[in-house]
Amino acid sequence: MTEAWTPSDRQLERLRTRRRLDRRSSLVATTTTVVVVALLVLGLVSSPGWPRVRETFLSWPDARAAFPPIAEAFWLNVRMFLVAEPLILLVGMLVAVARGTTAAALFPVRALAVVYTDLFRGLPTLLVVFLVCFGLPALQLQGIPTSLFWLGVLALVLCYGAYVAEVFRSGIDSVHPSQVASAQALGLSHGQSLRFVVLPQAVRRVVPPLLNDFVSLQKDTALVASVGLVEALRQAQVYSSYNFDFTSYLVAGAFFVALTVPLARVTDWLARRSARRERAGAR
Amino acid sequence: MSPLLRVSGLRKAYGDKVVLRDLDLDVEPHDVVCLIGASGSGKSTLLRCLNLLETTDDGTIEFAGEDITDPRVDARAVRSRMGLVFQAYNLFPHMTVLDNLTLAPRKVHGLSRADAESRARDLLDRFGLGDKAAEHPDRLSGGQQQRAALARALVTDPSLVLLDEVTSALDPELVGEVLDIVRDLAQGGMTMVLATHEMAFAREVASRVCFLDGGVILEQGPPEQIFAAPAHERTGQFLRRVR
Repeated sequence: MTEAWTPSDRQLERLRTRRRLDRRSSLVATTTTVVVVALLVLGLVSSPGWPRVRETFLSWPDARAAFPPIAEAFWLNVRMFLVAEPLILLVGMLVAVARGTTAAALFPVRALAVVYTDLFRGLPTLLVVFLVCFGLPALQLQGIPTSLFWLGVLALVLCYGAYVAEVFRSGIDSVHPSQVASAQALGLSHGQSLRFVVLPQAVRRVVPPLLNDFVSLQKDTALVASVGLVEALRQAQVYSSYNFDFTSYLVAGAFFVALTVPLARVTDWLARRSARRERAGAR
Repeated sequence: MSPLLRVSGLRKAYGDKVVLRDLDLDVEPHDVVCLIGASGSGKSTLLRCLNLLETTDDGTIEFAGEDITDPRVDARAVRSRMGLVFQAYNLFPHMTVLDNLTLAPRKVHGLSRADAESRARDLLDRFGLGDKAAEHPDRLSGGQQQRAALARALVTDPSLVLLDEVTSALDPELVGEVLDIVRDLAQGGMTMVLATHEMAFAREVASRVCFLDGGVILEQGPPEQIFAAPAHERTGQFLRRVR
């Protein structure tokens, strides 16, 4: 329902002023951006080694030649990420919840969760990849996967599960105790309070740091190159050593960036949406 | 003498919902203007517009002779001469009460820590919070928190104080201690605009009562007149309902 309203002359003038100020802001923003970019480009191309770098890193024919094999190899990175991410979320959530349990009988679970996070957050990811991919099969146990793909996924899940568990835990801790109190006042059990009241709020709050870990995970799928899996980075390396040109590395880099940027935008959008919903009154 | 605050033709809408329409209000120095009216009548929105927390859609707000709705105006400079106290206190939970009070004097008004603290302590003493300076807000009762919030708004010597239903979140027995302070301020000549549901209090301290309804000031006048003989039928209805 709109009602008839004609803005006063004063208001029209004010809108004009506001538009003028807006235009001035965008002009300033454009100018500074152009200057900064120009300076960066100038600094790059005027460096003494630039002609040589341009030849070995920015060769268009090499980029085109390296593209198909790297694209194919990158699919392996994507698959590892897609398989590892849900598992990491599951492990992280379970460990975070395990650390929050209070029952006396569950002490070993809590202790295990603490040891797990301490250990795997402390170990370099590359080292875990080596241990899992070479060490685990050497045990010759029944049921341990022998494919490097699954071993690589396992290594990533172990490392990132520990990080994500801590992110979830800080989210859980950030939910105000009064929320638990009001859930319990309604007669909900500890588990139900966690499930229906605490976790939904906690998870929403930690989406940005979780994304940070996702992006990091996408890049770390390249670590399995070190145990012989031919993913994008390894493929770039192969191309470069056969052709004496480093352009393939930039191509591989472009693939990784192309994957992470859309994810970042989606998360921004999610964050804005939940802010609109839950803080509508708190302008 | 021109009024300290002159609002004319103020309009504010959220999308299609018009909250304030063509609203006029003059506030002279030392006036205590009480805004009364049902929830959603626009009291809080008016206060937020006065403090430039909202962008107005039309009309002008002149504060000390300056049109503060001009887009070129420095909103921070305007706000530094106004105090605003919220219904939910909005104290900063990570700071002690003293630090809550000294933040603006030190960072906005450039006072030294020593000067800011001595002014803050004077006010806290006056408001009966002398022993709470080193506490964090969460350790205080609601009434104490709201008194601290009042002190925080006053420590910079504003020429106008806006109070947005400062007792609405308080237990009845804590309302009095906050109203006592507001009463002291009124008697001390502080210029105030307050949105309130405390009719008895409005009747006592107000130099003028404004009844807001449907986004306009339907009726205003000295409290005796508004409360005893409201000219407008809707004012009478509202007063009978809240009494």
